[in-house]
Amino acid sequence: MSHISPTLWEFLVKWMTNFALFPPEASKIAPQMDALYFFMVLISLIGLTIVILLVTSFSILYSKERHPVAVQIEGSTLLEATWTIIPLGLFLLMFVWGSLLYFRIYTPPANAMNIYVVGKQWMWKAEHPGGQHEINSLHVPTGRAVQLTLISQDVFHSFSIPAFRVKREAIPGRYTTVWFEPTVPGTYHLFCTQYCGTNHSAMIGDVVVLTPEDYKKWLDESTSGASLAQNGERLFASLSCNACHNTRPDARGPSLANVYGSKLALSSGGTVIADDAYLRESILNPSQHVTQGYAPIMPTYQGQVSEEGVFALVEFIKNLNSDYRIQQTTNTVDLLPEGELKAAPAVGGAGLQGPAGQKPATPGMVKQ
Amino acid sequence: MSATIINLPDQSTARIPKVNFLTKENGLLSWLLTGDHKRIATLYLISITFFFFIGGALAGLIRLELLTPQADLMATDTYNKVFTMHGVIMIFLFLVPSVPATLGNFFIPMMIGAKDLALPKINLLSWYLYVVGGILVIYTMVSGGVDTGWTFTTPLSTHYINTNVMSTGLAVFIAGFSSIFTGLNFIVTIHKMRCPGMTWFRMPLFCWSHYAASILMVLGTPVLAIAVVLLALERTVGIGIFDPTKGGDPLLFQHLFWFYSHPAVYIMILPGMGVVSEVISTFSRKRVFGYTAVAFSSVAIAVFGFFVWAHHMFIMGISNYAVLVFSLLTMLVAVPSAIKIFNWTFTLYKGSITFETPMLYAFGFMGLFTIGGMTGVFLGTSGTDIHLTETYFIVAHFHFVMVGGMLMAFLSGIHFWWPKWTGRMYPEKISQLAAVVTFIGFNFTFFPQFILGTLGMPRRYASYPPEFQVLNVFSTAGSTILGVGYLLPVLYLTWSLKYGEIAGDNPWQATGLEWQTQSPPLTENFLVTPIMDHEAYDYDWLEHQKESEVTSVG
Repeated sequence: MSHISPTLWEFLVKWMTNFALFPPEASKIAPQMDALYFFMVLISLIGLTIVILLVTSFSILYSKERHPVAVQIEGSTLLEATWTIIPLGLFLLMFVWGSLLYFRIYTPPANAMNIYVVGKQWMWKAEHPGGQHEINSLHVPTGRAVQLTLISQDVFHSFSIPAFRVKREAIPGRYTTVWFEPTVPGTYHLFCTQYCGTNHSAMIGDVVVLTPEDYKKWLDESTSGASLAQNGERLFASLSCNACHNTRPDARGPSLANVYGSKLALSSGGTVIADDAYLRESILNPSQHVTQGYAPIMPTYQGQVSEEGVFALVEFIKNLNSDYRIQQTTNTVDLLPEGELKAAPAVGGAGLQGPAGQKPATPGMVKQ
Repeated sequence: MSATIINLPDQSTARIPKVNFLTKENGLLSWLLTGDHKRIATLYLISITFFFFIGGALAGLIRLELLTPQADLMATDTYNKVFTMHGVIMIFLFLVPSVPATLGNFFIPMMIGAKDLALPKINLLSWYLYVVGGILVIYTMVSGGVDTGWTFTTPLSTHYINTNVMSTGLAVFIAGFSSIFTGLNFIVTIHKMRCPGMTWFRMPLFCWSHYAASILMVLGTPVLAIAVVLLALERTVGIGIFDPTKGGDPLLFQHLFWFYSHPAVYIMILPGMGVVSEVISTFSRKRVFGYTAVAFSSVAIAVFGFFVWAHHMFIMGISNYAVLVFSLLTMLVAVPSAIKIFNWTFTLYKGSITFETPMLYAFGFMGLFTIGGMTGVFLGTSGTDIHLTETYFIVAHFHFVMVGGMLMAFLSGIHFWWPKWTGRMYPEKISQLAAVVTFIGFNFTFFPQFILGTLGMPRRYASYPPEFQVLNVFSTAGSTILGVGYLLPVLYLTWSLKYGEIAGDNPWQATGLEWQTQSPPLTENFLVTPIMDHEAYDYDWLEHQKESEVTSVG
């Protein structure tokens, strides 16, 4: 092979070793999506073959040399009906099949473990419930349904794992979710697929799928000392949320114990299920979400809590199942000297935005 | 059913008529102040070709950058600007006006036997607006470019990017009005200017598809203008309509944008379909199979085309039930396209087919558009869209439809009507070669991108994981072939202006009224107002016409 230039030779070898035509299947949904994909490829090939065969054979049979006299034909209702109904039928079949798949991918099972993901220019930050933080990587175990709750801190991003065949947009100001069940341990690509500015193509990472044993080991090794809910609890105290949400009979805010997943009556009339998105909204935009029987005095926390901080608060409120826990936070605050509270640093990587020491919750600041 | 023999006329005695629309008046001003639809079409042809080659050069830069996995040819910021400018130029300055503003402008009045479009001054204004839009885009490029992507996604474009978003937005806004005026002109012309006997169902299908596209232009483009104005207000004074921290909705912009931009792809493809109907019929010497089905499928595409925009947002957290509805409607809009493909195919049946250059391009269109259309179904199916959207699969899909479909149709139409437009023929063999080269180059460039997309390679990436390199090298290699395929026509068509053989009135023996007058036509198009006493694509009528001509002369 001496007559081939070394660069070209190296390149060819690289081609042969790295040449891939189909992505790995590493989640439970992947084979299901591939089945539909190959069905559609098959139908497309059949359709294309029919068109090519017809055009070629007509071109040969009715070329001017062979067929100098054109026969004028008006059309044929029967044929029109045929090539209207058959494609329509096939398209509808794909529609039904695809929609079933779509609902499956975007409807997480109730027992899924939840990981919070924040997208920002140009990185992915994952917050595990156990308090593990990751940047541009995501560790997940095989054999468990994993739900991701996504939000963007700035522009649109899109969380894409081709090997799992799932993708979900991370949108500013709104939670989106997606779930998957990894099946094969390994390291897979994580891409941002929504164009997000200068380093869009660097907003990539690895999804590491581990066996349950390895995953447990990883969790233990990567712990940051406090769980996400504990971070939330600290934040809850340092933002003085418990000044009003304190479970006392004369409290100005409703008790938050067991509030997650419950049906709330709002002062504006309707009822609402308190899910993640609702909790986020009522922290950042409280005047729109006042529980019946309470005055609209809660100030907005927009711009004072980062998205990770909101995740911590949501995780804390999600796991609150007794008033006792909240009373504990009240005690924490009582025990803290005034100065220390003000200087409260960013809690567990989540923390406050804006100048530290600004005490946000002054009842006079209520918007509208 | 009846039989038709068509013999091509003897061209050796043909002469270019002394008086025609090109020679009637001279001087730059006679062009810049013209109201003649044929001269305006010529101005448009020159301008869109100019922008096509700028957009094409940018595409070449994109492919060169993607030759290697690293961002080594240019910085990522530059790459982002290059693909943004490529998209903006190709869509707003080439694809949208391509067939309507050139071929449509030139031939719709002639096909329906009119002297001109209904509103000649509006037509000229439309070209000037296009030029202003174009100049603004060039200004944007030389003063630093813009890197929002042609989709201007908020809040990236409003809060996070400090390049020339405003001048690009203004360019799009102004070019949009150019498109609205063209559409408006076509609608009025087709309603009011048809010659005696030219009923709706005697119009060539080219007019039907332009009518459908015009409706989309007139109803869709204002929404784009609104979206761009809101974007500008958000960017300058922060009205908050797209800003979640002020209670706005960042997705709203995409709803507005795609409400235009999805119908826009039908604005781009429908006129191309009209070209293909004319070409296939002419070179099979046979009327289009199922004329009414083809005509109404154009209208159906225009109507359904307005109700599918949210299929661009399947993964963006719109409600699952909205996804159901939009996915279903997307399936419905795919059907009329399938109907058209089969009708064109059966037009060939029992025809008397010849394979001149326009026909080769039209065959290319049919093959590539079938692939483009079928892969559109992959993306309209919500389940598979999750994996395939925002990857190279979608890039390949819309290039198959827009470049493989629309550009092929445009070139087919240019080659078909070139003899009428200029009065001269181009060299046949080399133009056939160009058609074949384009087809091969196209497939080499864009087919690998389907596989890349399936593998998950995201679009708009300046750098990518090394295992995707093989297919990217294929794609870049193919793009050089494609480039040659696009340069050839410019060369030999320009050459033919002076040295081409004289074409004569009707070199293809086509039936349209535009062929029953001299080439190049008179400024008034016809000596006497034609009377349409036969169906469209009536080859028997054409045969009798020739006989009677001979008897009257003899």
